[in-house]
Amino acid sequence: MSKSALLKSSLAKKYWMALTGLFLCTFLVGHLLGNLQLAFDAGEDGRKAFNEYAYFMAHNPMIKILSYLTYISILFHTIDGILLTIKNKKSRPIGYAKNNANANSSSSSRNMALLGSLILIFIVTHMANFWYKAKISSESFPLHIIKIDVKDQMGQSQNIDLYHTKTSPIPKTDDIVVKNKTELYDKMANVKIAEGYKDLHSLVFAFFGQDKSKYGFPKNEQALFYTLFYVLSMCVLCFHLWHGFASAFQTVGVNHSSYNTIIKSTGKLFAILIPLGFAIIPLMIFLNQI
Amino acid sequence: MKLTLKIWRQKGPEEKGKIVTYPIDNIDGDMSFLEMMDVLNVELVKKGESPVAFDHDCREGICGSCSMYIDGEAHGPDRGVTTCQLHMRKFKDGDTIYIEPWRAKAFPIIKDLVVDRSSFDRIMNAGGYISVNTSGNTIDANATPIPKEDADKAFEAATCIGCGACVASCKNASAMLFVSAKVSQLALLPQGQVEAKDRVLKMVEAMDEEGFGNCTNTGACEVECPKGISLENIARMNREYLKAMVKK
Repeated sequence: MSKSALLKSSLAKKYWMALTGLFLCTFLVGHLLGNLQLAFDAGEDGRKAFNEYAYFMAHNPMIKILSYLTYISILFHTIDGILLTIKNKKSRPIGYAKNNANANSSSSSRNMALLGSLILIFIVTHMANFWYKAKISSESFPLHIIKIDVKDQMGQSQNIDLYHTKTSPIPKTDDIVVKNKTELYDKMANVKIAEGYKDLHSLVFAFFGQDKSKYGFPKNEQALFYTLFYVLSMCVLCFHLWHGFASAFQTVGVNHSSYNTIIKSTGKLFAILIPLGFAIIPLMIFLNQI
Repeated sequence: MKLTLKIWRQKGPEEKGKIVTYPIDNIDGDMSFLEMMDVLNVELVKKGESPVAFDHDCREGICGSCSMYIDGEAHGPDRGVTTCQLHMRKFKDGDTIYIEPWRAKAFPIIKDLVVDRSSFDRIMNAGGYISVNTSGNTIDANATPIPKEDADKAFEAATCIGCGACVASCKNASAMLFVSAKVSQLALLPQGQVEAKDRVLKMVEAMDEEGFGNCTNTGACEVECPKGISLENIARMNREYLKAMVKK
């Protein structure tokens, strides 16, 4: 019985919901801490720091494992949520003519499926806007090369900014070719001379309304719409976490009068601070262009 | 007091039901809600109409029979009471009151406001018991020392009267507060340890088979429970189930 119970029983479905949810909460913390630098350092230094950070994240095997765990968790959380919602709807085929639900429960706790669906729409849009552009359709993704070692010509490494797009090839470097999306090779000697950072910093800043066309990213004309969409989505996330954080602890059996207050207040604080931190990023970038 | 009642009328399990409006007058604030229903039924019988069927038994808040969803809440707007303990002074002259049966797939309607709650009995049959030697050598329960805190918690869980308000209030028609109270009252006591693992697995399995929904921790059940059964019991059941699942 135990093997099938692990997936099938109502309680097992709840455990999976709670555990994937809590794991995704830790993802939110990491994702926010890394990306919050976008909100506070917009200059050249910020661009360098962020692109280096993004490069590190994309090339670290531990991060890779964590990212796959995150994808799996989102998938599990979604599928489990859909299954639970279907079962729950079936459990009351005829509803009440009058139901005063506000008297006994919070509206966010009753609308987790709706809030979750909205968050899923946001995740898909967010991945299409950034992850897809950077990872999949990146054959000619603009690079940001901070250090390039051109020994056989100048003898010393030097700081120059390089970028290339489909329409504008790498300037003043006919002797350099790009291989494997981010590696730069000396055309004559066929040796790797540098590895460029994908210019994700400029991608984000252009997306939220700043003109980064000198780096190959024209200003996004719908930046206002997307900024509002991101801020609203974070409000939705806030309501989802408002119930979800403490609820997950209850589900895994952590409920005791001596630490319930701590869990509940941490949950509310988490639900406010994390989405607020995320919302600041597009807001700051959008407002800085004006 | 003059009131307008909107009551769910349904002739039988397979019939289609509907809300019917009944005006009612001369209602005293000191009447209980069930006495008000009695007044209505007397009037209906006098007029030659069929009275509203509803469950009731002890009329002192311990049998758990009087299942009515009153004005959008199980047992009405008062807290910690069953319908028989709800007084008409909770309402104002001229109020319109909706009276509906418990709504859940696992609680099919028999007639009007009467629902079949035998699904609760089947969950109890699945594991809500302990094995006691009754061959003449029965050990006195008080001979086993039990910490006061455990005894208190077990007793609190045992105050559950199985009325079904938790199911009725839950947006998912989940029976987890009921099942967890029954699991807890036995899991907390030494007498309940022998079947502890089997009990929680079987009772949860029975609960799922009856078609109750899943708990999403909205907490509505705890608020509407006439006996104030705590969500702590659901957390305990979750722990017990996890333990049983791993060890089994």
